Amino acid sequence: MNNIWTILRKEFRSYFDSPVAYIYITFFLVLSSWLFMRGFFLVGQASMRGFFGILPWLLLFFVPAVTMRLWAEEKKLGTIELLMTLPVRDHEVVLGKFLASFFFLVVTMALSFSIPLMTALLGNPDAGPVLGGYFGAVLLGAAYLAIGLFVSSLTENQIIAFIIAVTLTFLLFIVGEEFVVYSAPSALVPILKFLGMGAHFDSIGRGVVDSRDVIYYLSVVGFFLYLNVRAVESRKWK
Amino acid sequence: MIEVRHLSKHFGRTVAVNDVSFDVSRGEVLGFLGPNGAGKSTTMRILTGYIPPTSGRASVAGIDLVEDSLAVRRRIGYLPESAPLYGDMEVVEFLRFVAEIRGISPGETRERIARMVKRCGLDSVIGRSIHHLSKGYRQRVGIAQAMIHDPDLLILDEPTSGLDPNQIIEIRELIRELGREKTVILSTHILPEVSATCDRVLIIDEGAIVASGSPQELSASHGSGEGVTITVRSSDPAGCGDLLRAAPFVSEVSVADGSADGLVSIEIFGTEQSGLGEEVFRFAVANNWTLAELRTEKASLEDVFRSLTRKEASVE
Ligand SMILES: Nc1ncnc2c1ncn2[C@@H]1O[C@H](COP(=O)(O)OP(=O)(O)OP(=O)(O)O)[C@@H](O)[C@H]1O
Ligand SMILES: [Mg+2]
Repeated sequence: MNNIWTILRKEFRSYFDSPVAYIYITFFLVLSSWLFMRGFFLVGQASMRGFFGILPWLLLFFVPAVTMRLWAEEKKLGTIELLMTLPVRDHEVVLGKFLASFFFLVVTMALSFSIPLMTALLGNPDAGPVLGGYFGAVLLGAAYLAIGLFVSSLTENQIIAFIIAVTLTFLLFIVGEEFVVYSAPSALVPILKFLGMGAHFDSIGRGVVDSRDVIYYLSVVGFFLYLNVRAVESRKWK
Repeated sequence: MIEVRHLSKHFGRTVAVNDVSFDVSRGEVLGFLGPNGAGKSTTMRILTGYIPPTSGRASVAGIDLVEDSLAVRRRIGYLPESAPLYGDMEVVEFLRFVAEIRGISPGETRERIARMVKRCGLDSVIGRSIHHLSKGYRQRVGIAQAMIHDPDLLILDEPTSGLDPNQIIEIRELIRELGREKTVILSTHILPEVSATCDRVLIIDEGAIVASGSPQELSASHGSGEGVTITVRSSDPAGCGDLLRAAPFVSEVSVADGSADGLVSIEIFGTEQSGLGEEVFRFAVANNWTLAELRTEKASLEDVFRSLTRKEASVE
């Protein structure tokens, strides 16, 4: 437990030790504000619907950029050997790294709260959908993070980690969409629909939090963190 | 302290460590000596629990490596090869991180770090980012990190590589000092380092131990007798070589070619452990050679190393 906390703090701080964190945050804020504002002025409607519709696509690029470094750099610089010969369990390191990236994501999301605040002032929408939307976005982000972190443990090249994570996340996101399901054999349709990350976000994005969606996202997180532990262990299989 | 039995490690078809067995007793400084790719680092990685052996077993302080890797890791301080460190951290921040994972209380951490700073000479770089340190200072930070929890066993993979001569001497002194109370295993390519720091040496080649003993024992038992180098003035160097080869006290002769101003250098190895210099001198006088120089050399650890791992050397 203590080790998870120690690693969490180290990784979290190292985001802010370099300009990378500030670039990410600024980029995320500017882009999301711009996208939101555009919708706002074009449609002339103060709704968060548009924003939450875009968020999964924004996170698709933002999250792999947050996770790509976490294992790949350890492998490249050889610090993984130092880290894994300290008295820590593999899963403690995986959890510490995951939670650090999670908190970083939450911080960024919290900063982007300026947008719903503004909509609240302008159009007074319900607080429920906004909170639900953010809750869903955090869950979706956590699932993306777990995928990105796992992919980072497979390579020592950050760029490759980024590209593979974006691709894999994208595939998992669209696998339940109509145009994919359309061409699939009918027996697979319910499975694909269930596996797709996008479908689960739709209802949450509308502010409807269904426990099945929550469980789905937590399972994705758990599954990829488990794979991550196995990947870290894999040095022992050779 | 350490018991290693029939340890082997295969990477696919490469056999990195091949049926290695040895013991290390408490307070001993053991050196791994071997050419590149001999399996020194791999053996250390197994002992520190980073990778498991393919077969065989090892224990540290009676604890089996595979069964309770965590307990073993708690007792070991490890400096991996080329000292990989977190570049984006400051030295003090990094040491604090390691101390925290090592379970040292915050109150004590401060004192431990102060001690490490003093011991490893880190005063001038303590607040600096590790990125900006020279190789030698990184190496020192790596050693400080390995010692911070005051472990009984230190495993140091090439601790003096990349250091300047002054630092090498300082680090060797540090290791010798540590060796009084702790068990140390280190690896190196540098032969004088072994004589300077180690109580015992394992010479490793192609994953297997080819010799073991104290530096003195090794030079005595594996040395090919004495060697004498003479420089003579001669117009027929090959003839001199042939004459020498026929002499009863000589086992091997090599004549250097490319003689400048008629001087020829000849290397002679004897059949006996001593007295070769006198024999050669008498032989030269009897043959009326003009002797410009005569030098006697005791078989050194270097000769032992070369003769035991020569196959490797000739390939390179
Ligand atoms: N992860 C690995 N995968 C495949 N082969 C490996 C791996 N690690 C080491 N080897 C091989 O095992 C052998 C021993 O390597 P090792 O690093 O232990 O040598 P070493 O004695 O430390 O050499 P050096 O003096 O160069 O540091 C080498 O042939 C190396 O190529
Ligand atoms: Mg090595």
